[in-house]
Parts: sequence; C-alpha cells; structure tokens
Amino acid sequence: MIHFVLLISRQGKVRLTKWYSAYSQKERTKVIRELSGLILTRGPKLCNFVEWRGLRVVYKRYASLYFCMCIDEDDNELEILEIIHHYVEVLDRYFGSVCELDLIYNFHKAYFILDELLIAGELQEPSKRTVARLVAAQDSLVETAKEQTSSITNIIAQAANFTIKMLHKGYGPWGSNALHLESLLLVDVCTRLVDQH
Amino acid sequence: MSGPSLMDSLFQRTLEDLIKGLRQQLIGEQAFISKALEEIRKEIKSTDLSTKSTALLKLCYLSNLHFHDMSFAAFHALEVLSSPRFSHKKIAYHAISLSFHDSTPVLLLITNHLRKDLTSTNEFEVSLSLQCLSRIANVDLARDLTPEVFTLLSSNKLYVRKRAVAVVLRVFEKYPDSVRVCFKRLVENLENYDPQILSAVVGVFSELACKDPRSYLPLAPEFYKILVDSKSNWISIKVLKIFAKLAPLEPRLANRVVEPICYLMRKTGAKSLLFECVRTVVTSFSEYESAVRLAVGKIREFMVDEDPNLKYLGLHALSIVASKHLWVVSENKEVVIKSLSDPDPNIKIESLRLVMAMVSEHNVAEISKVLVNYALKSDPLFCNEILGSILSTCSRNVYEIIVDFDWYVSLLGEMSRIPHCQMGEEIENQLVDIGLRVKDVRLELVRVARDLLIDPALLGNSFLHRVLSAAAWVSGEYVEFSRNPLELMEALLQPRTSLLPPSIMAIYIQSAFKVLVFCLHTCFVRGGSTAGVSASASYESFDDLSVENGAGSTVAHGQTCTSAPITNESIVNLLKLVELALSPLLGSHDVEVQERARNLLGFVDLIKLEALNSSGQEENDSEQKGVEATKIIRMVHDAFSKELGPVSLSAQGKVPVPDGLTLNENLGDLETICSDIELPSSNTFSFGYPSEEKDVSSFSNLQIKEDSGQSNESTSLLAEHRKRHGLYYLPSGKSEVISNDYPPANDPALQGDNNDTASDLVKLTAESLVPKRKPNHSKPRPVVVKLDEADEKPVAVKHPESRDDSLSGAVLDILFGSEDILPTSSRSNLPSSNRKGKEKQHMITQVESKENVVGDGNSSSRRRKDHSHGKERRHRKKNAEERNETDRKEKESSSNHPRRQKSRQRAEEPLKVPPQTSVIPDFLL
Repeated sequence: MIHFVLLISRQGKVRLTKWYSAYSQKERTKVIRELSGLILTRGPKLCNFVEWRGLRVVYKRYASLYFCMCIDEDDNELEILEIIHHYVEVLDRYFGSVCELDLIYNFHKAYFILDELLIAGELQEPSKRTVARLVAAQDSLVETAKEQTSSITNIIAQAANFTIKMLHKGYGPWGSNALHLESLLLVDVCTRLVDQH
Repeated sequence: MSGPSLMDSLFQRTLEDLIKGLRQQLIGEQAFISKALEEIRKEIKSTDLSTKSTALLKLCYLSNLHFHDMSFAAFHALEVLSSPRFSHKKIAYHAISLSFHDSTPVLLLITNHLRKDLTSTNEFEVSLSLQCLSRIANVDLARDLTPEVFTLLSSNKLYVRKRAVAVVLRVFEKYPDSVRVCFKRLVENLENYDPQILSAVVGVFSELACKDPRSYLPLAPEFYKILVDSKSNWISIKVLKIFAKLAPLEPRLANRVVEPICYLMRKTGAKSLLFECVRTVVTSFSEYESAVRLAVGKIREFMVDEDPNLKYLGLHALSIVASKHLWVVSENKEVVIKSLSDPDPNIKIESLRLVMAMVSEHNVAEISKVLVNYALKSDPLFCNEILGSILSTCSRNVYEIIVDFDWYVSLLGEMSRIPHCQMGEEIENQLVDIGLRVKDVRLELVRVARDLLIDPALLGNSFLHRVLSAAAWVSGEYVEFSRNPLELMEALLQPRTSLLPPSIMAIYIQSAFKVLVFCLHTCFVRGGSTAGVSASASYESFDDLSVENGAGSTVAHGQTCTSAPITNESIVNLLKLVELALSPLLGSHDVEVQERARNLLGFVDLIKLEALNSSGQEENDSEQKGVEATKIIRMVHDAFSKELGPVSLSAQGKVPVPDGLTLNENLGDLETICSDIELPSSNTFSFGYPSEEKDVSSFSNLQIKEDSGQSNESTSLLAEHRKRHGLYYLPSGKSEVISNDYPPANDPALQGDNNDTASDLVKLTAESLVPKRKPNHSKPRPVVVKLDEADEKPVAVKHPESRDDSLSGAVLDILFGSEDILPTSSRSNLPSSNRKGKEKQHMITQVESKENVVGDGNSSSRRRKDHSHGKERRHRKKNAEERNETDRKEKESSSNHPRRQKSRQRAEEPLKVPPQTSVIPDFLL
C-alpha cells in the first residue's frame, strides 16, 4: 500500500502531503525533511527509487515538482510510477496544462483529485475520464451550493470590498469628500443587511 | 447573526488571499503565518458555517504545508461537518482526515456524523465519509460502523461499492471481528465482473494476504480465475502478489499457477506487470527451473536496459534470486561488476550487495581486491559502503569464509589506509578480535600493527584513531612476536601521539608499558640469568647514562623471532625515551592518561631506584638488589603474559546471582556514588555494587598472592585493560565450571565480600579459558576460537501475531463456515472436544473423505479428522456455491484436481486455528 504522497518543489517547498498511514505531526515534518534531502539531491538521470527506513520511495519529477510516493518493500515500483503519471495526467486534464502555481492556489482541489484516485493507500480509479467526471460532478455540487448561499453575502462582500477601497483611496485626491462617501456606503450596506436579516 | 461575526465573514480572507499574502512575504513568513493563525482562531469560533469552513480550510493549508498544529480545531471541524452543505462537509472531512488520530478527544463524537453520511443518498457524501473512515478508524469506530460498511459492500452504486471495499481493509485491521460480518460479501465481490470493483477487492486481498496468506488459500480458485481472465494490468499485478504469498504454502497450487504466470511474462508488454511476474517467480517459484530461467532472461534484459529504473529493478530481482540460485549471479557477473561504477548510488549499492552475495571462501581474496580498488576510486559514501560490506561479509559467522588470515589481516591494514575510510571502529574490533581468536595470525597481525603505528601521517586522520588504538593494543599484547620492540616503543611514544584522543592515548601508554616490560624482561631476566654480575653492572649505568655495552645482555630466546638485539644501552635509551615522552603527560587533564603515565613512570623509577641503590652498596648487596629488580620485572612480565581470550556476549548473564545479593533495577544512584569513575568501567564486575576501585585492587590481591604492591598495581592495570576492551572474562566454554564451583553466597557476611567473589570469578574464568587455546598447526586454516553461545546468531524475533492472528482466525471461521464462532478475545488454542451435535456428520464426512485421503497420500489420522472438518462446510449455501465454482474449474482444466486440492487446503487450516469451545450463533450462516 501507499503510505504517503508528497509533492515537493525543487526548492524544497512542500506543495501537498497526504498520509495514509498514521504519522504524527512531528514525524511528518521529519519525514519530509529527510526525504527532500534524499530526493532533491539526486541527479536527473538516476533511477526513481530510493530506499528509506525499510520502505521504498518512488519519485518522479515533473517540471519543477517532485511527486513522491512511499510504498512497502514488496510493492511494485513501476506500478507506482504509473500511478504518479496517472495523477499528473488527471491534474493536467483538470487544470488544463497544469503548472505548479495551479497546485499552489488550488491545493484543496489537488487533494480532492488525489482522493478520487487513491483511497486507503490503494489505487481506486484507473480511468482518467472517470476521475475527471467525478471531480467535475463534485465541483458542480460545491458550486451550486455556494451560489445558493452566497448570492446574498456576495453582494454584501462586494459592497464591503468597495468600501474598503474607498477607504484606502480616501487619503488621495478625493480629500474630505471621501469620508462622506464612505460613510454613505456603509450606511447603505447596513440598511441592506438589516433588510436581509 | 451577531454583529462581529458578520463583520468577520465580510472581511474574512479567503484561502486564496492567504496563499497570495504568504507568497508575497519574502522574509516575515513566520510572522505572517502566526498572524493568519490568530485570525483563524477568531474566525473558527464564528457561528456562521461559511466563515468557519473557510477558516478551517485555511488552517488545513497551514497545517498541511507549514506544519502548524491544528488539533485545537478538532471540535470546530466536527461542527462544520454537521453542516448540510456539501462544500462544508468536504472541507470538514478533509480537515478531519488530516488532523485526527487515535488520541483525538472528540473522536467519539464523530461516529454519528459518519453514520449519517454513510447512509446518505448522495454518493459523494458517502464517499467522503468512507474516505475519512479509512483514515481515522479506531476500534470503536470500526465496530460501530461495521453494519453500515457492510450494507455499502453490496450497494448498487459502483462508485460507493468500490470505495466501501477498499475501506473494509482498514475496518478489518482495526476490528477483526468485523470479518465475520463483512467477509462473505467481500468474497462475493470477487465474482464481480466490473473491473473497478474487482481491482478494489483484489487490492484488499493482496494486503490481507501479505499479513497471513494461509487463511486465503481456500480462495485460490477465484484468484486463479482472475489471473487467467484479467485484462487489466492493475488487477494482474495485485493477483500476482497474492499468488506470490499463497504458492509457497501449497505446492500443487504453485504447479497450477506457474504456467499462466509464465504465459503472462512472455506475452505482456507492460513493464510493471512483467516485473511483477519476474518477482513473483523468483520469490515464490524458485523451484521451477524453466520459470526461473525465463525470469532470469527477463532480468538480464532489465539489467542491460538504458532506463536506470529497470536496471535497478533488474539488480534488485537478481538479489532475490541470489539467495536460492547463486549461479544466476555468477552468470551475470560482468553486468553486476559493471554496475558498480554506475553513476546512480542506489544501483551501485544494489550491485555491491550482489557482489557480496557471490563471495565464498574461494574467491573472497579476488573479490575483495576488486572491491578495494573500487573503493579507492569512488566517492566517500560508497567507499565506506564497500568497506563496510567487506568487513561484515568477512567477519560473518566468526570469519567463516576466511582461510588465509595473514591475507585478511593485511587487507584490514590496507583498508584502513584508504583515504575515505571511516570504518575505523569496525576494523578496530576485528583486529582485536582476530588477535584474540586466531593464534597463528599474531605474527602477521603485529607486523600490520607496526606498519600502522609507525606511520606518523596516519595519526592526523581522526577516523583512523580507532584502528590505531587496536594496533597499539595488539602490538603491546603480542609484543613477543615483534621483530623490533624498540622500534615499536618509539612508534608508541612518538610526539604526534598527542593528536590522539585521551582514551586512545591511554591505550598507547599501556601498550608502551607492556613493550617496556617485555624489553626489560628479555634483556635482564633471560639474559641476566646467564650473566648475573654483568646485569648488576649495567644497573649502574642508569646513573651517568654512559654505558659500556653490557656483555651477554644481548638476548636470543627461542620463543620469538626478535631479531633486533636489545642491549643495555638500548634499554637505557628506552627508559630515557619513556621519561621524556611521558613526563608532560603527568599533567594531562584526562585521568586515564595521567594514571597510566604515572604507572609507567613509577615503574621506570622503580627500576632505576633499584639500580641506584645497588650502585652505592656492596657487591653482594647490589647483586641481591639486582636480583630483586629482576624479580620485579619477572613478576610484572608474568602478569602481562597471561593470555586474553574472546568472551561470550552472554557470559555476564551466565553468572549466577548470589543469594543474598539484590540487584538494583535502577542504577541511577550509581552516578551519585561514583560520578568520577568512567562509565565503561562502572558496569564491569559490579553486580549492583558500585565500588569499583576496591574491586580492582582486591581482584589483584587474589590474582597473584605472592606479589608485592608493584605487581599488584600492574595486574590491576591489566584488569582495567581487559575492562576497557569489553573483555569481561566471564565463563565461556567452561561456564558450567563457574556455576558449579561458585560459592553460594548464602552467608550474609559474604555480601560485603562481593568484590572478592567477583574477582574469584575472574580468576576462574581466566583459568577456564586456558585449555581451550591450543594451536593446531597441522590444519591449513588456523584455529579460530569460537564461543558457541556468543557467536550464535540471536534467535529470530518472534512473529508479531496478536491482531493478525485474530484477523486470520476470523477469516478462517468465515471460510469454514463453522457454526461456533467466538469473539476473538476469548479465543483459545486448546483443541476442542467434538461437538455432540455434529458427531454424526463427522462420521459421514469421514467416510466421504477417505477417497481424498487416499488421493492425497496423506493418511495421518489427525489430518483425516481435519479433513472431515473441512467437509462439514459443504452443507452450507456458500460452500455449495464454491463447489459449483470448482466444478466449473474442473471442466476448464483436467491436469490437477482442483476440488481435491481445495479440500486439502482447507484440511490444513484447522491445524492452525482449532475450533472453538463455546457456541455463539452467527446470524450470517
């Protein structure tokens, strides 16, 4: 089984961690430190397997990211490489030519996709299309829920955002007018809120 | 909604804001994070679930990638979990599976949430909760949610069902009794034709089979079918893993399976599947020559492949074969040796292992030579890897493979001169160990030690200090083999020894002591006995240090091959050298060094004093004095000439504890009593008795009764020396002598004299070792002294089988369908009495099973009984199904009788898990 999945950038920044076996927070930090020391130092044309604490870590570099999975000694290393590739392809399909920034800003999405792929440390879904469909379905579920709830708060938030902007610019060319305008807006917001609730 | 929380939600930073902000921070990242955490702490208390979930998500981010503790949010995560909205749930589940562990206090509160979601109509919610369960399941959760998971195992939504299947593994692990509920459904899923479900089920079984393969033998026909029919490589790999575990247990199964595996190996284009086939064959089918040949062919393809991954895996597979078929390795020797210079360190290490696997007593010299050459060329890390493996291979089983010890000892010397060598400690141990064990090699050993000692450049390398300490010890202990003791003395006292750490410095001084005593002894005692007067004359020379070359003091003695003449002049120079070199050390900060230097100088003074006194007195008297000096030298020499022998690791444990003596569990108070004593010596002869100094002195009292205080001191030094080298000198070969002769310390008065008894013991053991050490020159290989108990490998660790056992027990129960099922906790290993209600059945089945018994060629009555056991099961519905299954099988293949095979497999199981005694009805069967 897969014990954990790590995504580490070339600079040693952690981009994603997923633990299928029990590791305490302290151990996690230690594991990552050890492994990034072990893996990032390896040259480009070496094999993709590292022995580590009686386990085996399979890693592969895609662009600036190292995808690492830790498996048992008798698991199939090549299969894991395929799983990693599979995951990258799914990410690619989802984000549309994925790059590190996508994963940085959508770190939770990367998790949810991984969750569709692997469960309890085993490969769950070998079909890329199915994974894409499942993720899209859940996304839409999230979105619809969000739209229902946030239509009200959205307006408020926008107004509030605007207010803040006014506040910030208030010390610029607007002069004393700004204060006036700002208070007007705030009053407006408040009345809206009172109406709603 | 309250005011402040509304404001919170309005001005809350989203996850994206957080990430953006974090990325803009170049230096103050920590400050930014702690500020963000503060915000989160505030926001997470909000009553608005959106605010709360966003805060939770941010916290997840910080915890996940910046490793900040998020345990404080455990309860809040549960609150978010109760939200009806999917997006909230998703975040909450994510947070929970990230942060919860067995000791999370709110873990128990989650059960109902999980149950609610497991029974939800939304398949994604079910999936989320299953996923979470797989991560956080503990005994209670697994137990409480087993019914829900059981239901999901036959869910008509594939998506849910395959997840439930995967999660069942974790539930089994945590709560083995759930097997009784779920296992049957799990097995039913094996017959599912949907590849996704199948993949999940096979995955579960491959994990289960890893832990206890025997329980799953009855399912072999199903697995076989999957193996033959499977189109998916993922599934094939998993099934192969299962068979790799099952095949060694049942030879006939292996017979059946080996063919399809070979077929797969030939046919498949996928490297991962190919490798799995190869690995399966080499691990579990190594008796099948043709299969192994095929696999080896594939391995060779792997090894010469450009892709480093395949190369690595090829070498790895080869090392698996190596344990059973060494010819394979020698066949591919060139490739392996070539891989030693691969740029990839992992490949190098793997090939090094293979090379070491090839080592035998015939080729050890050549291989070591090649490897040492590689070590010279390679980087420090790999160099030490090589040296380490040479050292460990050669010393395996008390130097089993070494025939020519002279060669090996010089190899050790050579290895320590390799620039990157950091294996000093191991070389040190082996040098000393060989010196103790192999008598015939001591001459060469002393030569090697001399070469090491005499080279001043080596003193500068701190990694070599340990080797040098061994060299110093060897040359001191076996100085009689030295060609030129004076040269040794110079080497031991050279100025650059100041670079050594004090502990090793002390060994140097002690060795110098031994060498000096030896020189004096050869000079005066042996030589002096022939020319008594000239010896006394020579003592005068200590005064003015101008010496007429003492006639007859040149020594020729039969025992050794000392070639350099030891003259009076050289002795004088020697004494001068000692004084010169050691007097600065009297002020050493290290007590060991100081003490030893003082001992040695004291000895030198004593010798000189004798000479001084003698010069001023009458001839008669002086002669007497001279004789006295000779006597002292002789006594000290005797003290040193007692041979040291190897000591069993378990020797200490064999010493019986005297009755009146209480052994302290906690030796913490020891430190307060003797904080100034070095630690290594504090655990030598003390049986819970902290008084070391007395120990030593009383020990020496016993050792040589007639000796004066002088020799007393030296003997205690010897004892200390032994201690320092971990030679406890407790009984080895003749341990029974100790246990018999040991005076029972019933007498309370004896308690106080514990030190004496301890020293008695030392004396006894020293004697007990003597008869063992008779050299045998007729044999080509020198005798290696072995201590049976110590050199035995420690017994293999007992298999941990607490929960696995209960798990497999439960599995077996299900597979057998026996009615009497007992909770695992009360499981017992007693063979049960026959259950009355079944006896009739037994009779029938026993008859029925006879044909099988004949077919098996196994006629033991015990077996037959078990057999009938296996048959009982046929009365149940599931077994009927299975029989159908096997019948179908029979049509497929005519070569082997699967049903018989199956029944045999089943027959074997009850041997392991005996039937239960009390009866609990199983609602499933």
